[in-house]
Amino acid sequence: MAKTLLQKVWDLHTVRTLSTGQTQLFIGLHLVHEVTSPQAFDALRARGWKVARTDRTFATVDHIVPTRERTRPFLDVMAEDMITALERNCREFGIRLAGLDDDRQGIVHVIGPELGLTQPGITLACGDSHTSTHGAFGAVAFGIGTSQVRDVLASQCLALEPMKVRRIRVTGKLPEGVYAKDVILTIINRLGVGGGVGYAYEYAGDTIERMSMDERMTICNMSIEGGARVGYVNPDETTFAYLKGRAFAPAGDAFERARAWWRSMASDADARYDDDVVIKAEELTPVVTWGVNPGQSVPVTGRVPSGNEQDADPKAVADALGYMGFKGGEAMAGMKIDVAFIGSCTNSRLSDLREAARIVRGHRVAPHVKALVVPGSVSIKRAAESEGLDQIFRDAGFEWRGAGCSMCLGMNPDKLVGSQVCASSSNRNFKGRQGSPEGRTLLMSPAMVAAAAITGAVTDIRQFEKVS
Amino acid sequence: MAIHRIERIEGTALPMRGDDIDTDRILPARYLRAITFEGMELHLFEDERTGSAGGDRVTSTHPFDDPRFRGATILVVNRNFGCGSSREHAPQGLYRAGFRAVIAESFSEIFFGNSMLIGLACLNASPDQITELQTRVEQRPNLTLRIDVKASMCELGDLRIPLSLPASAKDALLTGAWDTTGMLLDRYEEVTAASEKLPYVAGF
Ligand code: SF4
Repeated sequence: MAKTLLQKVWDLHTVRTLSTGQTQLFIGLHLVHEVTSPQAFDALRARGWKVARTDRTFATVDHIVPTRERTRPFLDVMAEDMITALERNCREFGIRLAGLDDDRQGIVHVIGPELGLTQPGITLACGDSHTSTHGAFGAVAFGIGTSQVRDVLASQCLALEPMKVRRIRVTGKLPEGVYAKDVILTIINRLGVGGGVGYAYEYAGDTIERMSMDERMTICNMSIEGGARVGYVNPDETTFAYLKGRAFAPAGDAFERARAWWRSMASDADARYDDDVVIKAEELTPVVTWGVNPGQSVPVTGRVPSGNEQDADPKAVADALGYMGFKGGEAMAGMKIDVAFIGSCTNSRLSDLREAARIVRGHRVAPHVKALVVPGSVSIKRAAESEGLDQIFRDAGFEWRGAGCSMCLGMNPDKLVGSQVCASSSNRNFKGRQGSPEGRTLLMSPAMVAAAAITGAVTDIRQFEKVS
Repeated sequence: MAIHRIERIEGTALPMRGDDIDTDRILPARYLRAITFEGMELHLFEDERTGSAGGDRVTSTHPFDDPRFRGATILVVNRNFGCGSSREHAPQGLYRAGFRAVIAESFSEIFFGNSMLIGLACLNASPDQITELQTRVEQRPNLTLRIDVKASMCELGDLRIPLSLPASAKDALLTGAWDTTGMLLDRYEEVTAASEKLPYVAGF
């Protein structure tokens, strides 16, 4: 019978059906970071359990790390404590750790793929909702909470409910100035922030097939913002080419055998889907969020809704406008920003930085704007520096930082202040998300963040490129 | 881990209206700067209750500061509750503040899973019934809300509302199997056997 990738991976990793009716699924790779793991390790200690598969577990530090001054001990006592706790836990339980002084350190969803740990056909779990990112490789990747981190540490398994699969086919050529970020923001806007609950999203169609791995990761990363815990793209030659030669990818003959198996894991052409959606790439435009969830976006040429629009939820619109301090009907373009942030597991990879640097080259950040670039990993930082991207950003007035989550969630000193408006390449515009209880986030592509940093206001990247 | 069966949950309720209440709101990220879950209950909805200006909770109009709902153990909310971050700190905060159940139109899956694993029961009701329940609780906040997990019903005065939850979740509550680790470690040779069949575990 024809199957989707999800069904194939699910069937292959099923250990058994539990008495609760859930499936016990073997987890091929467990990624661990400092924020959601300490309580899980404590639980293991309390019960005298070991980590079941240290060979299938890998840890790094990202959420809380300072991105400016990294000498130890940190000035931030709590950050020092949390990182020390992870170091101790990894030592005690025998887990590999890409710590702060390790060349492999970075945002967990950036380094998994970079190191070749993330591979097609595997199950993957991490105590972080953006674990869906790894689906770009055709892995089935679950974001989990701390109790489930404990489950995976102790047993290398999860107890899970089956999922339905919605195929989202994006077809056609993306217009100039429209990026993967715009594609996923549009999908979330159309299907709703809760539209994917109970589903895995399979992204397909020629537009997705032409995308690089970096772009596919941007798409899969934000599946969870549409309510889908899992999002994936079928593995193909682009995937295999990316993996070849990576530190943890199979090498030599094993790579060829792996390639054959990976290919066999892709959804069959005649697989059945629980739902099918088509998005026409030609119709897409650059988008910006105006509200307090990632579904609340409009084309950059559009206006902030007033709540009277067809299908609008007037209460939700009023609540968002109240928080954002925007007026219904206000034009998005030209809206003033205070901060520009290029970073996060959505858009901090080398191709994102290259594109942003291409746009800022020869320009200056607007005088009232604080702008920063936070590469997703040490290796991206180095690669960008060797291409001179850091200099381009610095010359333009951007701050160039060390790798980490930074202002995506403001757990380190990089935070918005008061009600600042931030043009951000990250994935969440929730109330208070960037570290200030009144902070306001406008999500957009990194190219648009770069343009906004220069002009000091929300800017249509297509216009910006025409003028300059 | 001791088996803890949850058949009935009783207590007063706290209605909080609005869809898509995310875990960043329930528990702002700066309180994740801790290596235990201790004290999480002190920071529930911190930002919207006090703001960065450091407003005080006496003047807050947030439902969590409404004296009528003090001591509530059941939260009644709308659609897609707990979306966003996977932080278990959010359900931990609710549990530590005394909540034992959340009734919603729908939940984010990660929040649902996290909550069930710590014994915070998550149950669904229809949109109209949620609104009815919220209104009734606001009218008579002292009334005890009674949830019968087995019958999947709740009762508030003369109002009876059917609830739903996945069979496995219901079963987990009734049998106390929501503490999963033990169950997953059971017959571990089956896990080893399953993993050995995977080409990538065998090294291709
Ligand atoms: S970059 Fe942001 S979304 Fe991604 S893992 Fe870090 S905090 Fe989470």
